[in-house]
Amino acid sequence: MRLLALALALLCITCGVSPAAAERLVVSLSNHRVAVTSSFVGEELVLFGTIEPDRSTGALHPPYDLVVTVTGPRQTLRARRKQRMLGIWVNVDSREFVSVPSYLAVLSNRPVTEIADPETLRKLQIGLNNFLLTQRIGADLGDTVNDDPFRRAFVRLQSQQGLYRESRSAVTFLTPTVFRTAIPLPAAAPTGSYGIEVELFSEGKFIARTNSALEVIKAGFEQYVADAARDHGLLYGMATASMALLIGWFASVVFRRD
Amino acid sequence: MQIYLPIADLPVNVFLVLGMGLAVGYISGMFGIGGGFLMTPLLIFIGISPAVAVATVSSHITASSFTGAISYWRKRALDIALAMMLLSAGIIGTAAGVWLFTELRALDQLDLVIGLAYVTLLTVVGGMMIYESVQAVLRTRRGQPATLRRPGSHTWIHGLPFKLRFKRSKIYVSAIPVWAIGFLIGFVGAIMGIGGGFLLVPMLIYFLRVPTATVIGTSMVLTLITMASATVMHAATNHLVDVVLALILMIGGVIGAQFGARTGQKMRGERLRLLLGLLVFAVGLRFAYELVVKPEDLYSLRYVGSD
Repeated sequence: MRLLALALALLCITCGVSPAAAERLVVSLSNHRVAVTSSFVGEELVLFGTIEPDRSTGALHPPYDLVVTVTGPRQTLRARRKQRMLGIWVNVDSREFVSVPSYLAVLSNRPVTEIADPETLRKLQIGLNNFLLTQRIGADLGDTVNDDPFRRAFVRLQSQQGLYRESRSAVTFLTPTVFRTAIPLPAAAPTGSYGIEVELFSEGKFIARTNSALEVIKAGFEQYVADAARDHGLLYGMATASMALLIGWFASVVFRRD
Repeated sequence: MQIYLPIADLPVNVFLVLGMGLAVGYISGMFGIGGGFLMTPLLIFIGISPAVAVATVSSHITASSFTGAISYWRKRALDIALAMMLLSAGIIGTAAGVWLFTELRALDQLDLVIGLAYVTLLTVVGGMMIYESVQAVLRTRRGQPATLRRPGSHTWIHGLPFKLRFKRSKIYVSAIPVWAIGFLIGFVGAIMGIGGGFLLVPMLIYFLRVPTATVIGTSMVLTLITMASATVMHAATNHLVDVVLALILMIGGVIGAQFGARTGQKMRGERLRLLLGLLVFAVGLRFAYELVVKPEDLYSLRYVGSD
């Protein structure tokens, strides 16, 4: 119990915002494992949760605001900008986004800018505009201002793929203390482990947080093919070429006319 | 019906891809070409990354050229000795092409080089084919017989050293242009995801004077072996060959090719060449348009690595 208290205290120090009350969040996910099979076209996971009153005082401070941030496995991507050179459009400028989430969803019950002041949102990295997207700028690593053209283009392109999203009405309060939200995973969602952070606010103040996780895995045949291609490239290539020869030969037998 | 492609990492409609395989197979059977120069752009168009498209199409061409090679083998219409000679340089060309492909991908310029290569090759070759076949059509209109170059006429190519005799094709040429052509086809094929049949056939006819009886069969053997090795090399170095996508394309391709071949046999040679020339030229223009017109989105993303 003392350990837990210590951990909680540490958590509060790290988050840098002193909780106004000690409500607790309890969440549950409909499914912790999403299998990508040959028929995978995306999936929607449901997250349920309740706000538990402070155990000592039994105090609740509605109305509450809730933000759920889901982050996919980290990857490094390069954003490239085309420019006209000698009459044709060429990739000239590029910026590398180092170790950024491959999937990022910010789900809330109302626009995040109405939930808390900009300073708090920035500190807690809430919302696509405030989430830290590390760029390699020269030899340095760091995020830029959120209206940087490369950052904007990056978020826009990821959003077009359905990989980044900010949904201001995705969290529904069923009662003042029971909520639900749907986490949409597009078909392009990369495999790996996903982190889920749930943050509770009341009247602009950060109160509590909890986290959960889910995993997206390739299953069955897809898994087998992807592994084979990566780990045994030569063998995989020879198998593919043999398959091509077999089909070519088969066609010549089936359609033989002479 | 959607199916998830394990390497391309996206779902596609099976019937759409099968239909593309059928259509391109039909055209390839009609003209006796692999059809890579049509298939690769089509795959890019439906959202598959250029790198995966190029690597996967090589396995698709392997299947269709093997079917073709078998039927020419039965008719004894291929020159194995010439094919092997072209091939010895073709393999080196393919390896060089796969290496350059990997380097360009790292430099973010692969798409540009693929685009430029398509524009120049297709418009030039397509233009030449249109010109040549229009002349032939006009000649037959006027009732003149097609002027065939006399078999004795020589060019500077025939003055080169290291001469070899190819019995089946009844030609006696230097090994240097044979190797140069083989290398070029292997190199271009690996970068552009094309078998190079539409380039190789005219080159063999105009530069080496290979008779029409053996030229297509020989070109098919070369295409077969360079594309089979490109498949293996792309799989081993870049891990980009999608076997599920390849399988659907192959099935569509080999079926379409059979029907295409029947249509092709009913058409006259110069008409067929004119049609192919127009097709090649149109695809070239399509690529030129993409390079010249301001893209809808100036930005694009490329995956570098995962943590």
